Amino acid sequence: MKAVEARDVVLNFGETPALRGASVAVAPGEIVAIMGPSGSGKSTLLHCLAGILVPDAGEIHFDGHRIDTLSEGQRSALRRDQFGFVFQFGQLVPELTAEENVALPLLLGGVKRAAALREARPWFARLGLDGLEQRRSGELSGGQAQRVALARGLVARPGALFADEPTGALDSLTGEQVMELLVSSARDQGTTVVLVTHDARVAAYADRQVIVRDGRVNALVHS
Amino acid sequence: MALLGLLDREPSHGYDLKRDYDTFFSRGKPLPFGQVYATLGRLVRDGKIVVGEVEPGVGPERKRYVITERGATEVDSWLTEPVEAEPNLQTVLFTKVVLALMLGRPAEEYLDRQRAAHLRRMKELTDIRRGGDLVDTLLADHGLFHLEADLHWIDTTVARLDALREAVTRR
Ligand SMILES: Nc1ncnc2c1ncn2[C@@H]1O[C@H](COP(=O)(O)OP(=O)(O)O)[C@@H](O)[C@H]1O
Ligand SMILES: [Mg+2]
Repeated sequence: MKAVEARDVVLNFGETPALRGASVAVAPGEIVAIMGPSGSGKSTLLHCLAGILVPDAGEIHFDGHRIDTLSEGQRSALRRDQFGFVFQFGQLVPELTAEENVALPLLLGGVKRAAALREARPWFARLGLDGLEQRRSGELSGGQAQRVALARGLVARPGALFADEPTGALDSLTGEQVMELLVSSARDQGTTVVLVTHDARVAAYADRQVIVRDGRVNALVHS
Repeated sequence: MALLGLLDREPSHGYDLKRDYDTFFSRGKPLPFGQVYATLGRLVRDGKIVVGEVEPGVGPERKRYVITERGATEVDSWLTEPVEAEPNLQTVLFTKVVLALMLGRPAEEYLDRQRAAHLRRMKELTDIRRGGDLVDTLLADHGLFHLEADLHWIDTTVARLDALREAVTRR
């Protein structure tokens, strides 16, 4: 299991300060929810932790190694091999079937097509998606599409899963089903999870919650 | 606790306490004088306040009440400790925030602690819900929705704290 950490991260978009010294440490296998008002820097922090954005100052560590100093190519390889992603809108590739979408990270990682599809298939039963393997994203409901996206995020057994408002576009009952599956699947395979949400009911699925306000992280004082 | 808290601002007469209580906390249900003096009597008995100088004249409204060390300590720990996260806390949370602002205490910190207590309780209920049957789920849901409503209130209040401080300290 792999740890994820940000230390005193500063990031500006031009004149706009998005992060002003944000620190958060996620233990191996832990599930942490990042909460906070909109515009507070949650997504930016997630993108830094996931090696998508490079901070102006501060450090990002994954599994004990600094990753913000890696080259773009090395970070891209790290994201492909070690990280899974789920976003608010599933971002499935519309031209591919659900099954091919799930297999995509494996295909991109160089796994042969037949083997990748073989790995992808069990996810459909696991996430209650039996029979939907050949559908395209346009033929799936929001909740189904989001479960396909979750399977795609976890299929390559990543060390860390980064989820930004994964239930944001779903009604609350469907959102809770997705969260239940996200938490139990991640737990099963020991994947560390960083989850951005503004919804306290979603955050309550995490082991721990932190709040981002004005680009800084408040670890909640548990008295 | 509201009366004791009001006395933590400054020594006051029973009449002024009632007026401030009615203005900030009672929301259209004025506190009867009898209850004000009964409460003050109890606080005196418990050593949380004392009667300061008695001004010349007659009638109980001549007495000025002053908070003691013990009383001030009690206000402090009441403000600092988050309340048990359970449904229907509007009144106590509201009282806490208004008092904290009046007394110049870190209201935001208290609210953050309260948020943490609420989230911890929401997590417990979520765990019950995940492992339980339908009845557990429905019961846990009831608690979760109420706690969630409190949390929305906490978030909105934090966002408006400056305006609220202005409103309750302008006298
Ligand atoms: N690509 C971008 N270009 C310019 N400003 C951005 C960009 N992304 C985010 N911001 C700004 O950075 C701040 C934090 O944004 P974000 O991390 O998306 O907040 P959150 O996810 O908490 O809503 C906001 O002020 C936002 O407007
Ligand atoms: Mg965001």
